This record gives sequence, structure tokens and C-alpha cells, in this order.
Amino acid sequence: MEIHLTTPLKTEDLEKLKIGDQVYITGTVYTGRDAAHKRLVELLERGEKLPFDAEGQIIYYVGPAPAPPGKPIGSAGPTTSYRMDPYAPALMDAGMKAMIGKGPRSQPVIDSMIKNKAVYLAAVGGAAVVVAKSIKESKVIAYEDLGPEAIREMKVENFPCVVANDVNGNDIYKAGVKKYQK
Amino acid sequence: MREVNVKDLIPIVKKLCIDANYYMGEDVIQRIKELKEKEESSTARSVLDILLENYELAAEEQMPICQDTGVAVCFVEIGQDVHMIGGDFTEAMNEGVRQGYKDGYLRKSMVADPIIDRINTKDNTPAMIYTDIVPGDKIKITVAPKGGGSENMSEVKMMKAADGIEGVIDFVVDRVRRSGGNPCPPIVVGVGLGGNFEQSALLAKKSLLRSLTEKNPDPKWAKIEDEILEKVNNLGIGPQGLGGRTTALGVCILSKPCHIASMPVAVNVQCHAARHKSAVI
Repeated sequence: MEIHLTTPLKTEDLEKLKIGDQVYITGTVYTGRDAAHKRLVELLERGEKLPFDAEGQIIYYVGPAPAPPGKPIGSAGPTTSYRMDPYAPALMDAGMKAMIGKGPRSQPVIDSMIKNKAVYLAAVGGAAVVVAKSIKESKVIAYEDLGPEAIREMKVENFPCVVANDVNGNDIYKAGVKKYQK
Repeated sequence: MREVNVKDLIPIVKKLCIDANYYMGEDVIQRIKELKEKEESSTARSVLDILLENYELAAEEQMPICQDTGVAVCFVEIGQDVHMIGGDFTEAMNEGVRQGYKDGYLRKSMVADPIIDRINTKDNTPAMIYTDIVPGDKIKITVAPKGGGSENMSEVKMMKAADGIEGVIDFVVDRVRRSGGNPCPPIVVGVGLGGNFEQSALLAKKSLLRSLTEKNPDPKWAKIEDEILEKVNNLGIGPQGLGGRTTALGVCILSKPCHIASMPVAVNVQCHAARHKSAVI
């Protein structure tokens, strides 16, 4: 099924998603990968505010290439998600409703998605120019010193991804492999 | 004796960094097209279509295929009759990488310290440079940018002779199974057999330089590569790990003699963006 979502995300829209659904996102996504996640979770542990309001928002695991002249961003495909697994539950507890990345998640992350009614969306790894075409604006909003790992606020239109984990704990990585293994 | 000024290497390395990141090799494109025909999953076929579209767009738009423009892995074959003048060879190689990553708008992905503070070096240096001394008076440079996602799924195992070739095949297939969707399948499986601990890893990396449309020149290894490829593609992982038949585009084995007590096996996992470009000076 093809579904169009706009941000901030609503729980009732997320509850309808099933693994394998093709989703197109329009609105705002926040970027963050290893180093930024470490800092965000340290803020939460100290009881401080995040650099953006996480309520109903999407975090995209990406470290984009620099923008060439005349373009809002360089190539910007997803990075491997499991490295963010130690931090993801804390961000979902803080209101984050979706994560975009690539590759399977750990059971504690899946459990946190069930608890927080959040989803995990897979973008195509290595299709970084295709993904960049859906990013219309990008600005660094925190941790500029981290270079490609800084937190960016991106305006996206019809950002393509597939539902990899739904709010009921289903997992496309397990289901897909099971279907095709010999 | 032929004199080569190291400064002349800088623009060559710069261009190789940019070209490797913008222009996907025909061998990868051809293999993806071939395997798409045999793919049973419609999701998998659409992922493969997106990858092909992305390679075309990258070349057209002059943008890197993947945002992870990698560690700049450089293999340099130096003819023994070459005398390098004009400065430091390693610094010239790094300067080429520095200029390529800056002027090509490639991502800078190196941190100076691996664990304490992990501060980005901001120019993608240092490159990983491996030199071989060979006959002749030429220099051949190959730049093979290597992304982190697939590199993280790689492994060296010190096996024993009693494990046999079956044990080796099982280890390689299991390494791919445990990698799942993480390394951006369809992958290329680089295998280094023999040598010692460090040489096996280097063999695995070098094996990835072979064109995917060429068979292993040794029929013995070609047969084993086919066997591993079939087993890997029966794992069901598929493109991006979403399920399907196309888990790997190819398996490449390089082997070397080893100690009577040892049987090192290295698996270097390469994502579908199997990038490398070469030039001869």
C-alpha cells in the first residue's frame, strides 16, 4: 500500500501502518547519528531540554555529503540503524514517533516502539541521490562541530521509505527473510 | 630508473576519489540487471530498480552514489625502477585525497582518535595506503572508497586445517547471514584465505578489486565462489535485507600460502556500491 504522511505524526495514522507499506513523508525530519545521539541522550539523562521538540517527530539516521553549489543538500541516504539502538528507546520516551534508517533493530528498540506506538521506516541504503531529491531544505540546528554528524532540520517532500517495524512489533527483516530463505 | 615527482600524483588521486564516488562501475550495474531478472520478490525488484536509477542520477548530477564516501583506501603498485622525487609520497597521496573530498563535495568520515574523543579530521585524511613493489617503471594507483556500514560486518577468523573447505564455506556464509540487512545488500563478499592474521584481511580487501563480470582465474576457486554465492543467495536476506533472492552480486576469493599450524580466513563485506577506479602513471 502507498501511504502519504505529514509531520508532526499522529498516533492514529501510525497505528494503520503495516510492515511492507510504502510510505512518503512530507514535512520536517531531524537528522542524527552516532555522535549526536550520544549527546541527546546525555541531555535527557541530565533532565535538560533537547535542541528540538521531539513530540510527534521523525529522526533520520543520516550523515549527508556536503551540498554542491545550488543544491540544498548533498547525497543523503540512510546509515545503519543498529548503532543507534542503545539510544533509541530514550528518544521515543521523549516523544519521537518514527525513525528512518536501514537494517534491523534490536528487541529492546522494537519493544519500545510497541510501548510508545512508534514506527521504524527503512530508506534504501546507497540510493543517496534519489533520497536527496526529496530533501528541499536543510539547516544545521545543533552540534555544528560534529560536521556530517551535526543535527539538521530538513524539509522533505514525498521522502520514500518502507515500514520495517510497525506499532505491533512486526518486523520486515524477520518476515522477509523467512519468506525467501531456502 | 625513471623519476616521478610526487606532486604529479596529487591531481590523479584527487580525480580517482571523485570518479570512484560519482561513477558506478559497469560490472556492478550489469550484475544487478542480471540478478533482477531472476529475483522472485517484487519489493526486492523495486529496490534494485531504485539502485540502478540512483547510479544514473549520481553520474548525471555529479553527486556521490552514497553519502558514505568512505575511507579512501589506496592500493599503489610502485615499479622498482621508479625514483620518487619532489617530497613525501604519503603526504602527496593524502593531499590528493584532501583535494578530492573537498572539491568533489564528498563526505569527510574520518575521526582522529577511534574512541577517546572521535574528532573529525575534516578532510577525510589519513588515507589507508597499501604499497606493493613490482617490476617496471610505472606506478598504478587504485582508489577504493570503503563505506563503514559494510566494513563493520567484516571479520577475521583463525580457523584450523581440520575445519576443511566445508568449515571455511560455512564461516563465510554464516558471516553473511549474521550481517543481514546491515551492510546494504546486495553485497560483494571478499574472502582472504591463508597468509597470516593481517595478510588474510588485506587479501579479502584486495579480492574486491576484481571485476564482478570476471571469473576467478583459478577454476578451483571459481567453483567454490559459485558454491558460496548460491548458498548466500539462498539465505533469503535480499536487497536491503527486506527479503529476496539477491543477497550478493558476487564472491571473490584470494589465497596465499600459510603456516602449517594456521588457516586464517577473512571476510570483507562490501556494499552494492562496490567502488574502485585506477590510473597508471
